[in-house]
Amino acid sequence: MRLLLEQRAETPTALLIASPLMAVVLTVLAAGVMFAALGQDPLHALAVYFLDPLSDSWGLQEVAVKATPLVLIAAGLALCYRAKVWNIGAEGQFLAGAMAGGWLAIATHGGTQGPWLLPAMMLLGALAGAAYALIPGLLRARFGANEILTSLMLVYVAELLLDWLVRGPWRDPAGFNMPQTVVFSPSATLPLLAEGGRLHIGTPITLAVVAALALLLRRTLKGFEIRLVGEAPRAARFAGFSEQAVVLSVFALSGALAGLAGLMEAAGTVRQLQPGMSPGYGFTAIIVAFLGRLNPIGCLMAGVFIAITFIGGENAQIMLRLPLDATRVLQGLLLFFVLACDSLLLYRLRLLREGRA
Amino acid sequence: MTLLEAIILTVITASTPLLIAAIGELVVERAGVLNLGVEGMMIIGAAAGIATAITTGSSALGVAAAVLAGMLLALLFAALVLGLAANQVASGLALAILGLGLSGVIGAPFVGVQREGIGRIEVPLLADLPFLGPILFAQDPFVYASFLLVVGVWWFLARTRAGLVLRACGENHAAAHALGHPVLRIRLLAILFGGACAGLAGAYMSLVYTPFWTSGMTGGRGWIALAIVVFASWLPWRAAAGAYLFGGLTILQLHAQGAGVPIPSQFMSALPYLLTVVVLVLIMRARRGGAAGPACLGIPFVPDR
Repeated sequence: MRLLLEQRAETPTALLIASPLMAVVLTVLAAGVMFAALGQDPLHALAVYFLDPLSDSWGLQEVAVKATPLVLIAAGLALCYRAKVWNIGAEGQFLAGAMAGGWLAIATHGGTQGPWLLPAMMLLGALAGAAYALIPGLLRARFGANEILTSLMLVYVAELLLDWLVRGPWRDPAGFNMPQTVVFSPSATLPLLAEGGRLHIGTPITLAVVAALALLLRRTLKGFEIRLVGEAPRAARFAGFSEQAVVLSVFALSGALAGLAGLMEAAGTVRQLQPGMSPGYGFTAIIVAFLGRLNPIGCLMAGVFIAITFIGGENAQIMLRLPLDATRVLQGLLLFFVLACDSLLLYRLRLLREGRA
Repeated sequence: MTLLEAIILTVITASTPLLIAAIGELVVERAGVLNLGVEGMMIIGAAAGIATAITTGSSALGVAAAVLAGMLLALLFAALVLGLAANQVASGLALAILGLGLSGVIGAPFVGVQREGIGRIEVPLLADLPFLGPILFAQDPFVYASFLLVVGVWWFLARTRAGLVLRACGENHAAAHALGHPVLRIRLLAILFGGACAGLAGAYMSLVYTPFWTSGMTGGRGWIALAIVVFASWLPWRAAAGAYLFGGLTILQLHAQGAGVPIPSQFMSALPYLLTVVVLVLIMRARRGGAAGPACLGIPFVPDR
């Protein structure tokens, strides 16, 4: 008996929705096995992981807080990956945005601040993210340097830069030598949606961006260009689209969104700059993008699901003493299952008896 | 021992894990498969290696476990990219993320446990040579293994029929298939070899380089190994040169930090990463976009019946 892959002529629409769902179900099953292996009651651990975060308003709010940067970054990455441009340095672009926008908050701290400050910070964050992403973009467009490696290397550089800044020139003088900046003043923090909660206007902004990107991809010439360069580069060349221009624009766009996400995380959720301010949002967003089928609306749903695993993982660490890395294992497995299930969209699996072929 | 000897010895220590991992990935890529998960396979090797070595008290078993762990993760990757013809870039990323997570789970109980590193093996007589003796003939077994790997892989790729077939799979998988070569089986073996090498490199990190476990201890070396393969134009000897270039730079920045050069340590630590970017650009410029690796690199192969 042999397993054969057979190319499909057409992908059934039902499978497009079923495949990510299948991946989620498989991940939950694998999670149960892993929890059992770690000596937990699997059903109880699964409930802590996947159900508890949704059981009260605090948990739901935390899910939205975590989902916001994930969705914003992933929506940008989805465009990149559609064009077969592999920006995997979103984590660095996220930090670049946080640093650039945070700089304005720190520089004006205790000085003149006004209603202009927040928009300026957001603009600066997005610009810095775009600029940082354009480095690998330009190196690929101009020299053909592998953007996977260059964008990833710049993540380490951004992390080290942030580390230096918060331990050196930007350290809070009244912060007991802790590696962190001053806490941003109220006029440099994003307004909250509800008094006493943690949700800030970053969440509605993210929803608006997702809607805009969905329109861009489906309804504009630029979106068509991006999809065509990714799916049929030869046809794109005949149509007169410049591959280099697409590479640069998707890098700039995804970098700007990652930078904006970083600034909103700094000014909305953390309210200062710290070395560990991102639990790997930029890397996790890669999983979100694929789970969301490289579609902005899909990324929205995928981001919420991954955010649940973040909160569930923190709960499980406190309540069940499970290592926090278990969450990473689950997220990695999820990406595996997503990619495996996606093969079913392109190919039909056929079991073949030996000798009959 | 002179200062120069000491520096060369530390350069060798820093370069060996890069070289072992890069040589493994080089074979994988020559077979036409891009496995971006080197970092994940390396760190799972480091975690499995130290965990086994501490539990059993045997360094040899630790190394075996590391190699096995790297191969198991590679097998998962192979199932995805060969069995299901999945996207290789995304699958490699999944492997990197999964490996980092799994290593944290495996290594958690062993945080802070120190153990004696694997010692050096002195070649009788030769180790007593002045200067060359301590550098070439009094090394730990991994260093000897890395030399053997370079020579062995060069010989295999350039001088054997099997090596030629493997390269054919990487250059034109349809033609290799038409000639009756089992493309997928050859690629599977190459991927497993890459996993074994990455696991071995990880074992070096946790059993020799810093003989204890810290999470994320490979610190991007798996990614740098990938860059070395590009830098080497997919040739084993140049991979050795590249690994030593990067290893030398790591040591240079450590010495500069130790000597109190008035540059923040973070900037010095960023140097190897920045150098990787610069080298990738320079090598592409020198090549003018041509010779960008095996022609079928990263393209899934689905045999027709």
